Amino acid sequence: MARASIIKSALPWEPNAGHPPTPARPGPLHYFTHDENAAVEAIVDRLIPPDPQTPGGKDAGCAVYIDRQLAGPYGHHQGLYNAGPFQKGTKSQGPQSPVTPAELYRKGLAALDKHCKDKFGSKSFAALSDADKDAVLHALDAEQAKFEEADGKVFFDQILKDTQQGFFADPVYGGNRDMAAWKMIGFPGARYNYLDWIDRHNERFPLPPVGIAGSITWTPKG
Amino acid sequence: MTTKLPHKDVVIIGLGWTGSILAQELTDEGLDVIAIERGPWRDEATDYPPNYVQDELRYRIRHELFLRPDQNTFTFRNKMNQTALPIRTWGAFMPPNGVGGGGVHWNAETWRFLPSDFVLKTHLTERYGANFLPADMTIQDWGVTYDELEPHYDQFEYLCGTCGTAGNLQGKIQAGGNPWEGARSRPYPNPAQKQGFGHTLWAKAAAELGHKPFPQPSGNMSRAYVNPLGVRMGPCTYCGFCEWFGCGNYSKASPQTTILPVLVRKSNFSARDNCEVTRINLDGSGKRATGVTFVDTRGAEWEQPADLVILAAYAIFNVQMLLHSKIGTPYDPVANTGVIGRNYTHQCMSSVDAFFDNKKFNFNPFIASGAIGMCIDEFNGDNIDHGPLGFVGGGYMGQVQTGGRPIQTTPVPKGTPRWGAKWKEAVRDNYLSNLKGGSIHGSMYSYRDVYLDLDPTYKDRFGRPMLRMTIDFHDNELKAAAFMTEKYAEIVKAMGAHTVEKHPRKGPYDITAYQTTHLNGGAIMGTDPKTSALNRYLQSWDVPNLFVTGASAFPQNAGYNPTGTLCALAFWSAKAIREQYLKNPGPLVHA
Repeated sequence: MARASIIKSALPWEPNAGHPPTPARPGPLHYFTHDENAAVEAIVDRLIPPDPQTPGGKDAGCAVYIDRQLAGPYGHHQGLYNAGPFQKGTKSQGPQSPVTPAELYRKGLAALDKHCKDKFGSKSFAALSDADKDAVLHALDAEQAKFEEADGKVFFDQILKDTQQGFFADPVYGGNRDMAAWKMIGFPGARYNYLDWIDRHNERFPLPPVGIAGSITWTPKG
Repeated sequence: MTTKLPHKDVVIIGLGWTGSILAQELTDEGLDVIAIERGPWRDEATDYPPNYVQDELRYRIRHELFLRPDQNTFTFRNKMNQTALPIRTWGAFMPPNGVGGGGVHWNAETWRFLPSDFVLKTHLTERYGANFLPADMTIQDWGVTYDELEPHYDQFEYLCGTCGTAGNLQGKIQAGGNPWEGARSRPYPNPAQKQGFGHTLWAKAAAELGHKPFPQPSGNMSRAYVNPLGVRMGPCTYCGFCEWFGCGNYSKASPQTTILPVLVRKSNFSARDNCEVTRINLDGSGKRATGVTFVDTRGAEWEQPADLVILAAYAIFNVQMLLHSKIGTPYDPVANTGVIGRNYTHQCMSSVDAFFDNKKFNFNPFIASGAIGMCIDEFNGDNIDHGPLGFVGGGYMGQVQTGGRPIQTTPVPKGTPRWGAKWKEAVRDNYLSNLKGGSIHGSMYSYRDVYLDLDPTYKDRFGRPMLRMTIDFHDNELKAAAFMTEKYAEIVKAMGAHTVEKHPRKGPYDITAYQTTHLNGGAIMGTDPKTSALNRYLQSWDVPNLFVTGASAFPQNAGYNPTGTLCALAFWSAKAIREQYLKNPGPLVHA
């Protein structure tokens, strides 16, 4: 935590005071269980399905992104106002729930698992056909599927938001692997200088994207 | 146990734009000045270097540079008969934190208000009659005029190196500038920034419709600049990460890039960071401030005595500080008495999204600066005849898109599914050929039932009542929003968009939807202590050795970004302190 200090006579100078982000590495799960992760990978791959040019949510790393986010400050409402009393308000008053994203995923995924096993003869979400997966997700989105123990619509909106954010965020956070999302739309990423391009109207910017941690082409494979 | 520190001439609460300006001016006068800042010290190259600041998730989505709600938040409701609930995560506005304040993360859109904005009540009443205004509208004149502030607008623009094209030089209208602006004594210090394809095309269409487009006044540098204090800035590189981000390139005007390198080296200035002032202390008479009490990060409490107190925090924190310090009479909307918390306003923003044929249009939306863009001012303030329209106020509008950061700037046309293959395809096909962020910067005038007070239930981390905001849109503002959105849509259609989606602001006021960080009022300036907290020099009517700077002094909001005006007011106030108050400390205006 930052400490109080006195500033006098000279500009304080601390290298890397802003702290570069720590890259999310593939590997062991930080928050999800193995089964939860399988369900999340299946969901993100339907929210953002693969196509011949661009990977889907799973291969783009969206599940890795969500796992790492839930294990960190975001997953636990760190820094938000979490004190009671908790009361239901109007929509314009914003979220008033004490349930953190990490808790919502744990309950939501358990409820999804039960829902699928009840409806599809003991099959988990990940084991369903694409058409059945889409049907389940559509029902949640349209508030037609009732979950016990969790609000299915709130859970759906949360995972949709997180998946899309992970898809478009810098790859340093585990999603948007190989800058797949940025390549898809033509966003050049964490570039610093477009002075040569501000005057070039209606021309396609030619350079591939870079991330905060650079580009995959900068490090030879093997 | 409170430790008493050695006496200072001046203590400044908050080291953002106005705190830095007051510190610079009063140290020049030879006074011994200390600034106490709630957040951390931050500097350009160390805290937001250009090799990792381009991070939308961290700075925009997760609010890295802002105050955390668990340190201080507010409660909110639309109507007086509702129960206010805490803002648990930021939405409608982003409270700044740390040295530089909002000057770190702003877009640097550096506007002047219209001459008529400062005499709004008088102007509108004379033009339309008193009955034209809604009965519960509480707009007022400021007590200061445009002509009085002009030298200080100029001072701020030269401090910042503001880039723009003058529209009115000493009364002569200039081609290519804003013909509606008040007369300026000399041109902008720097030429306007360059514009992208979308901004340029918008201006062309607007001109063809008979409007007079001009480049938005920008505190992002169009060229290298050395300001009157000798501080240097570099040319903006149009990186597209400006608002909500700091600029490690020294290209955006902020206290760090304009004042602090000079101020910090002065022997009669010091600052404490990560120290939160909890109250302004008064003597037994209640008419004189003796200094402030603050808490450091270890929880230790300190007292800083001073002869003069400058309250220079973000607008609503100024109001909160006054209420917690029991300075001034709290506003009571039922009895219509009191002043602290009165005439609170925000903004009434509307927007238009436009989608174009991707085989013909490539906007490269990621190439932009914070204050880039082309605007028109035809529908701002009282620039049009409001008689037939049935509302007052307005706003500038423009194509002012600040980047193509993809988490927030991947819109898809209405009717596209929210997810799945069709959504993905639409994102891909529209990213380079849409214009999002068409901005209609609507004013918000003040009303009797829009105000700030202390919450009866929720407490802050010191166990004190939270500040409660009661705010909703009134018909006047929503009518203006609908009218201006139609005007904007005409321009976008003329550009050749195949799909135009209008988003006029609608009620209720929603605390989750970002508008701007332009919160105003609550401790307003004026000519009558019954209806204002401060006199025309930003001096407290109740405690004459207290001055309160910032947009909390605005009696109502105008259709512009507030920073140019609140900094001009800070210079105006500093001049009054230097030339009048210090010679004879006491009230500068006798009511």
